[in-house]
Amino acid sequence: MSALSAGEGSLAERAREGDRRALARLLTEVENRTAAGEAAMRELYPKAGGAHLVGVTGAPGSGKSTLVAALIGEARQGGRPVAVIAIDPSSPITGGAILGDRVRMQIHAGDSDVFIRSMASRGHAGGLAASTVAAAAVMDAAGFPLIFIETVGTGQSEVEVAAIADTTVVVQSPEMGDEVQAIKAGLLEVADIVVVNKSDRPGADRAASQLRAMLTVGAQHDRAMGDRPRPKRPEVLLGSALTGAGVPELLAALDRRDDARRKRGTESLDSAALKRAEAQISGILAQRVSDQLRQPSRAGERSATLRAVAAHEIDPFTAADRLLALLGERGDG
Amino acid sequence: MTSPSEPQRPIKVLIAKPGLDGHDRGAKVLARGLRDEGFEVVYTGLRQTPEMVVSAALQEDVDVVGLSILSGAHMTLLPKICAGLRERGMDDVLVTAGGIIPDVDVPALKEAGVSAVFGPGTTIREVAEYIRGNVRRSN
Repeated sequence: MSALSAGEGSLAERAREGDRRALARLLTEVENRTAAGEAAMRELYPKAGGAHLVGVTGAPGSGKSTLVAALIGEARQGGRPVAVIAIDPSSPITGGAILGDRVRMQIHAGDSDVFIRSMASRGHAGGLAASTVAAAAVMDAAGFPLIFIETVGTGQSEVEVAAIADTTVVVQSPEMGDEVQAIKAGLLEVADIVVVNKSDRPGADRAASQLRAMLTVGAQHDRAMGDRPRPKRPEVLLGSALTGAGVPELLAALDRRDDARRKRGTESLDSAALKRAEAQISGILAQRVSDQLRQPSRAGERSATLRAVAAHEIDPFTAADRLLALLGERGDG
Repeated sequence: MTSPSEPQRPIKVLIAKPGLDGHDRGAKVLARGLRDEGFEVVYTGLRQTPEMVVSAALQEDVDVVGLSILSGAHMTLLPKICAGLRERGMDDVLVTAGGIIPDVDVPALKEAGVSAVFGPGTTIREVAEYIRGNVRRSN
């Protein structure tokens, strides 16, 4: 811990003063869910909330990392600092991971106002890591106004990013399939912006018009739905991360959404902020309950309950109720 | 699924290829092998300058930097990377190297801060065990 306490001020203070090493160490503490990480979050969370969190998701190989790299370049032209959290999957077998998103972004490695952090999903499903939101809050408090959160390469239903990002960008390849793919439930429903990437390839225009046709077809129906929850009607943009075509337009579209979000202000908390709050609290609650149950004083009853469910002697609902009741009985063991 | 029990903190390794050669098979095989050994491996790709490697190591807060180089420029590039890491306060990061590095150069590289040099024929298991045994940060 000596390296952690070296220098003046807490890690959180130093991270806010622009010390990138402190920021990196702090992200590790948060990622590892240490006591130091939690303490720093208590200090930093009230100072966060200003950044625009942009989720970037899509299938493996659709070009998410390359597109993020291009967006970084575009944002840096305007002088804005940019942070990135890039998540790749952990092996369910060994816990190991290859974090390869940086390869596409290394052109920005020499720029001290670009901070890129890779995270392994560590068993968390849904396309993110458990501590992604906390890591984004740390970057936000450290002064990054624009934060990209790149998910693992997703299938059709890893939509968690939409619950934590202010704006969700879904990246599609031109070879996405036919119109039926565009009307399926899941990923496309949560997009604020759909980017048909690789517009330098044949078929991109057609894919974009198919998406536009199918995603906007429900606009009239929306009005009839009144207050019921309904899917978003995303903008569909064409772009090529490779040639840079469409990238300025995409950043402009993101900035328009950010302006609208800011205009709504904090007094009327928008739903993205509320959803993010809920996602964070429920994640922490689940972790707290799990930590409590794992305390040595409860080990006996816990393992007996697990065995009873495994042997079908009691059902899992009864078991969960029993364990919850156990938490109420005793304080910290 | 892995068990969601005690927080797992895999060792985090940066695999980088400084220098201008394009022979990245070894780096990729090692990255893949260390993944299978349970490490979190950040891969940066080819043709990294010392500054790029140092900056990636800093932002990722890695425990280990593994450098693969076959271009012959190791005596120039590797000491620069070690010095850069020290300058940025990362003297606790373990630096290892692999590729084509003549034995006569090894003492000078160690002097510069490279902890171990793995030549052709080294097994992934050997590298993994060396890292586990020598990583400096208490994980």
